Amino acid sequence: MSPALVISRREIRTYFNSPVAYIVVTVFVGITGYLFFTQLFLEKQAELRQLFGFMPFLFMFMVPAITMRLLADEKSTGTLELLSTMPVRDWEVVVGKFLAALALLGTAVGLTLVFAVSVRSLGPLDRGPAIGGYLGLLLMGGAFVAIGVMCSAFTRNSIVAFIASFGICFALYLFGKLTQFVPEALQPLIAFLSIDGHFENIGRGVVDSRDVIYYLSIIGTSLLLATTSLESRRWR
Amino acid sequence: MSDAMIEVEGLTKDYGAARAVDQVTFNVRKGEVLGFLGPNGAGKSTTMKMLTCYLAPTAGRARVAGFDVFDQSLEVRRRIGYLPEDTPIYRDMTVLEYLQFAAELRQMDPAKSPGRIKEIGGRCGLPEVAGKLVGELSKGYRQRLGLAQAMLHDPDILILDEPTSGLDPNQIVEIRSLIKEIGREKTVILSTHILPEVQATCSRIVIISGGKLVADGTPQDLRQRERGSRYRVIVEKNGAAPEAVRDRLASLAGVARCEAVAGEQGALAFAIDGAATGDLRKTIFRAVVDNHWTLLELARESASLEDVFRHLTTGEES
Repeated sequence: MSPALVISRREIRTYFNSPVAYIVVTVFVGITGYLFFTQLFLEKQAELRQLFGFMPFLFMFMVPAITMRLLADEKSTGTLELLSTMPVRDWEVVVGKFLAALALLGTAVGLTLVFAVSVRSLGPLDRGPAIGGYLGLLLMGGAFVAIGVMCSAFTRNSIVAFIASFGICFALYLFGKLTQFVPEALQPLIAFLSIDGHFENIGRGVVDSRDVIYYLSIIGTSLLLATTSLESRRWR
Repeated sequence: MSDAMIEVEGLTKDYGAARAVDQVTFNVRKGEVLGFLGPNGAGKSTTMKMLTCYLAPTAGRARVAGFDVFDQSLEVRRRIGYLPEDTPIYRDMTVLEYLQFAAELRQMDPAKSPGRIKEIGGRCGLPEVAGKLVGELSKGYRQRLGLAQAMLHDPDILILDEPTSGLDPNQIVEIRSLIKEIGREKTVILSTHILPEVQATCSRIVIISGGKLVADGTPQDLRQRERGSRYRVIVEKNGAAPEAVRDRLASLAGVARCEAVAGEQGALAFAIDGAATGDLRKTIFRAVVDNHWTLLELARESASLEDVFRHLTTGEES
């Protein structure tokens, strides 16, 4: 098994051996379930748009919480020293951590499929937006997680990692709400940077390469920076 | 390839403006157990971190098993086992899980690793805690787990940072004999500031102080260097004036210094330092006989490793 997978398996086990995973999943499913069904009964429409609508906002709080200790803790307890003197490349450590956090987020999001199924029993569900929405969630979740991993790589204090990744995610989220307030020339740029704007596009069931590339480049850049930060001990 | 398993040449490490390791050069051959000595903060751990590819040298180079620690770090890391200072281990794993994790990370053959884990766990005295969480282990068991992890893949080179810290005397003896046994075919570097440990396990010693290498040799070599210079003489008082006796002894050829020290009642005790490394016992004995003093005791005190260490690392005479 590749070292990245060995590391991510260990990390997933850590999540599920501690209350973290259960709290995250319960809170996530509880909040989405409440918000979703109150809306559903108000609007009486068999669609998941409402459900996807809260997700960027929820991810902003939840993802930093699950990623904050990934690398910061390894640094502060010194286990990173042991890990990085094993025959493991730094990027394998970073990717392993990324996959573990994404798997936990995926578990939480996966449980909301129950809502999708129950909506389908109430009326015809439009498949395109539903599948697009979940694909978009995966990509957007990946971007949030990658930002969280990056912030965790830069510090040895997990609280700092939490606040930093929340700050970055919040800024990216805010871009989408700010478009009216910036000069017209900057509007396309700001709109393009918005993390949930692209998600909304995919959520309509239209998978545009621009939206996919946006998320993949955030993931790529963040993980690259995280790797560089780990490597930096070698040239500092 | 020569039989030098570790070659260190002009290794230097700066932390910001502070120089932690300064131009250290030494070699370790196959089958040697090298004791790495130095006071706290001398640069022992930093040197080990560079040898294990955790930190990169600021200047100089180090080759481990023939591979450069910077350019071929992955090859180096495949061939070493490392026990860092303070034994950092994931606290939320059990002992067995942790060893399995290490075996997987090292890409050991899944068919062979359970047997190997059992074997090394047994040698390190871990079977009784196999199912316990690392966070619940005592310091001694954690240390043993760290050692087991370092030796798991049967590496050619073991780098151990204070391997016996936190162990009780019985465990220390066990671990030392384990290290000695491994040292017969493998190469071991261990750092410590416990001197009897070095005498018990190491075939060679490197002492560093303030980041600089100050001594390199076998324990005998190092003791020899310091030895032969101090004598203890006790003569019966018998009405002799202490000052006269001291002056007489101080005037002997080859004596650098003679001091009266506290002795038993009715006797005069002196500590004599020789100027050179020659043996002064005959000269002192003759002088005592010629002056008709009664000799109660005459001994040459060979320097202990402690003296050597203190002398080299603080620059003060013992």
